[in-house]
Amino acid sequence: MANLTPELEKARLQIKKMAEDYGLDFFETIFELITYDQMNQFAAYGGFPVRYPHWRFGMEYESLSKGYEYGLSKIYEMVINTDPCYAYLMEGNMLVDQKLVMAHVFGHCDFFKNNFWFSKTNRKMMDAMANHATRIRRYMDRYGVEPVENFIDRCLSIENLIDRYSVYAQKPAVAPPAELSDDESPSRPTGLLRAERSYMDKYINPPDFVREQQEAERKKAEARDSTFPARPERDVLNFLIQYGPLKPWQQDVLGIIRDEAYYFAPQGMTKIMNEGWASYWHSTMMTQQILNDSEVVDYADHHSGTVAMTPSRFNPYKVGIELFRNIEERWNKGQFGKEWNECDNFDERKHWDKKLGLGRQKIFEVRRDYNDVTFIDTFLTEDFCVQNKLFVYKFNRKTQRYEVDTRDFPLIKKQLLFQLTNWGQPIIDVVDGNYENRGELLLRHMHEGVDMQPDYMEETLKNVQALWSRPVNLLTIMDGEEKLYAFNGTDFKEFTLKTLHRGEKNETR
Amino acid sequence: MSIREDHSRFRDIIKGRIKENFKRYITHGEMIGKRDNEFVKIPIPHIDIPRFKYGPKQQGGIGQGQGNPGDPLDGGEQQPGAGQAGDNPGEHLLEVEVSFEELAEILGEQLELPRIQPKGNKAVDSTQIKYTGLAPVGPESLRHFKASYKEALKRSISSGTYDINNPIVVPIRKDLRYRAYRTIVKPQANAVVIYMMDVSGSMGDEQKEIVRLESFWINAWLKHHYKGLHTRFIIHDAAAREVDEQTFFRTSESGGTLISSAYNLCKKIIDEEYPLEDWNIYPFHFSDGDNWSSEDTQYCVKLLKEDLLRKANIFCYGQVESKYGSGQFMKDLELAFPERDKLVMSRIENRNRIPDSIKEFLGKGK
Repeated sequence: MANLTPELEKARLQIKKMAEDYGLDFFETIFELITYDQMNQFAAYGGFPVRYPHWRFGMEYESLSKGYEYGLSKIYEMVINTDPCYAYLMEGNMLVDQKLVMAHVFGHCDFFKNNFWFSKTNRKMMDAMANHATRIRRYMDRYGVEPVENFIDRCLSIENLIDRYSVYAQKPAVAPPAELSDDESPSRPTGLLRAERSYMDKYINPPDFVREQQEAERKKAEARDSTFPARPERDVLNFLIQYGPLKPWQQDVLGIIRDEAYYFAPQGMTKIMNEGWASYWHSTMMTQQILNDSEVVDYADHHSGTVAMTPSRFNPYKVGIELFRNIEERWNKGQFGKEWNECDNFDERKHWDKKLGLGRQKIFEVRRDYNDVTFIDTFLTEDFCVQNKLFVYKFNRKTQRYEVDTRDFPLIKKQLLFQLTNWGQPIIDVVDGNYENRGELLLRHMHEGVDMQPDYMEETLKNVQALWSRPVNLLTIMDGEEKLYAFNGTDFKEFTLKTLHRGEKNETR
Repeated sequence: MSIREDHSRFRDIIKGRIKENFKRYITHGEMIGKRDNEFVKIPIPHIDIPRFKYGPKQQGGIGQGQGNPGDPLDGGEQQPGAGQAGDNPGEHLLEVEVSFEELAEILGEQLELPRIQPKGNKAVDSTQIKYTGLAPVGPESLRHFKASYKEALKRSISSGTYDINNPIVVPIRKDLRYRAYRTIVKPQANAVVIYMMDVSGSMGDEQKEIVRLESFWINAWLKHHYKGLHTRFIIHDAAAREVDEQTFFRTSESGGTLISSAYNLCKKIIDEEYPLEDWNIYPFHFSDGDNWSSEDTQYCVKLLKEDLLRKANIFCYGQVESKYGSGQFMKDLELAFPERDKLVMSRIENRNRIPDSIKEFLGKGK
């Protein structure tokens, strides 16, 4: 497997030793030397050597190949989160680049192994992916390429509708039933008014009122029992697998798409941290020990390319590495805690150094416990935003261009967190699997200030309908109005809702 | 390798061969690349699988860098609708939208052109790699030391870091140059196209544009079949001369028209440079159909009969309608050659007729 040249093998051993001395802890890491074409192919496959047949990998491959052939882009490094970890080096790169990549990769591998959010991922995904490929090929042989591919296209259209936190919740297989209510003596309803003196109770809460409240509560409970699912379900894929009228092979294919989506989910949740961590370590190792005189210029060139800032693109490498360095410095100098937070003497803050030396320890802790959202939420400071010249940009309709909107710290943080939450994608859950008591599906978009793109929404809803068979409905907000969109297999309809009560539809179109 | 399957499947979707309902999801992104000293636009077709996603309306993003509120972001996301041409005046973008190969294939499919059966030896191409130039990217093993050094030297002199007493030059990545090669195909079956055009006063700009368009497509089709296609250009009024491509389409002369002068020159070129056993010969003649005298027309007919038609695969005559031309030449030819096997004639009234005309010329598959 490993086919490194003696020179690279020497470098690998040296860097591995170094990484271990710094305290990095990783699974066995296997490096392979591959050609640019293989690199493009693996990258198109999300890092894996084998995936199920699908045109989108071909699309990815074309764009990577063209980028490479015209010298516009080049993949230096690729590493897969498995045990053992596989990492690829590209043939023909300079030795200094290869060293940098190795150091970077050990950073990633340490992160994969130790970060909490990766604790549930399947480390044998290489085998699982290959199995998925075999199964889908078999279905294609049996049912035809087109039907299977079309089905995959539909599944991919809703690939993002998973509940990425669900894997960390240790849910029992069967939830215990809700409290049993005794029909004979109904418990005291919660809607009653508060009586300070017990003898006043029958005046404050007269029997009629008590009965009324009991009745209301009973109805509520009934409604709750009759809803399905009992609680809104964010894992829409799972809901469709369980309850959608799918054929066995379709269930399996949808299951495969879901498995792979869950596998890649933690990588999406920790992009900034993961890249920041790996960059922190490659720069630490390279500059402290590995580089020799003749390599400095190339290293600096390459490194600065990686962490370069552009006005319109948020660079996770840059923000990640700077935040880790910032945390290390703050904890080394003791710039945290109540005393630090309450100090508003500029000069004092500037020269604040308690010489605690806790920085290294702290960043190792951070890499274990955080994901991007909590990382930014906890450690992004106003000073950091100013130093790194962060800003929020918005599209200006008047001038038809993107413009710098603000450099206000709370707004930057808010925007950043919004972008990171749920990968910056709308949160959608299944509210009712028997909507209108007609077996229709009701989805709800938890609107957070940004509307969905209407044409995409319509097409996606059609794909959901194809899986569910019965009509599907989607609740959302568009231009400030509550809307219900419905697709029944032939017609797409839009309703404006004045009230959200069931059954009330005011057709506007 | 299975990525090839995935890729060809993707290409099929893009070309609309399969999954026609996907057409509306296809977007055409592009990258701007640099080859030699030219900027090229590299199309990156993309199929967007629809998903629930945020619309652009209230969305913004996080950026890094200088600027005050209200300042535009440069070089960032492309703005819808706004022009995206480069801001340097000297830059021009070359589209590599479709390759010539693909173009020819599309042409062939659209016009249902039969494949050309080359005469002579079987068409066996032999390929050879030749190092022809330098590129800013490439494998280390092809690094051109001298050129890289020169670039580095240039840079250090222009940036003022060059010290004549301590002439150390440290190259950075931008300086590096690599040898670039080109694959040269040595075809066994060769073809030459000889374009002749009447440039007398009666041929206006519109007529020339028609000829230009038509010959472009003819070239595309023939190139598709003959890897080493030669093209020659002859213009004539009362006298003929050979010119390069640029001149061919630009020249406007006044004066009389002697078509035979062009045919004579064509004959001379064939006789001197293109032995029949090795070459497939395609003369195309475009004119508005006015000839100086009927004697000259007779001479042309004689030349065609006795010489050109024997040597050429086909001889194509395209008559471009113009206000001033009588169109007599075509009528004369029709009379002189009642049975036309190798002589193909086409009347091109306006631009819309170009596809039909190409079909008439190339539809015989010769």
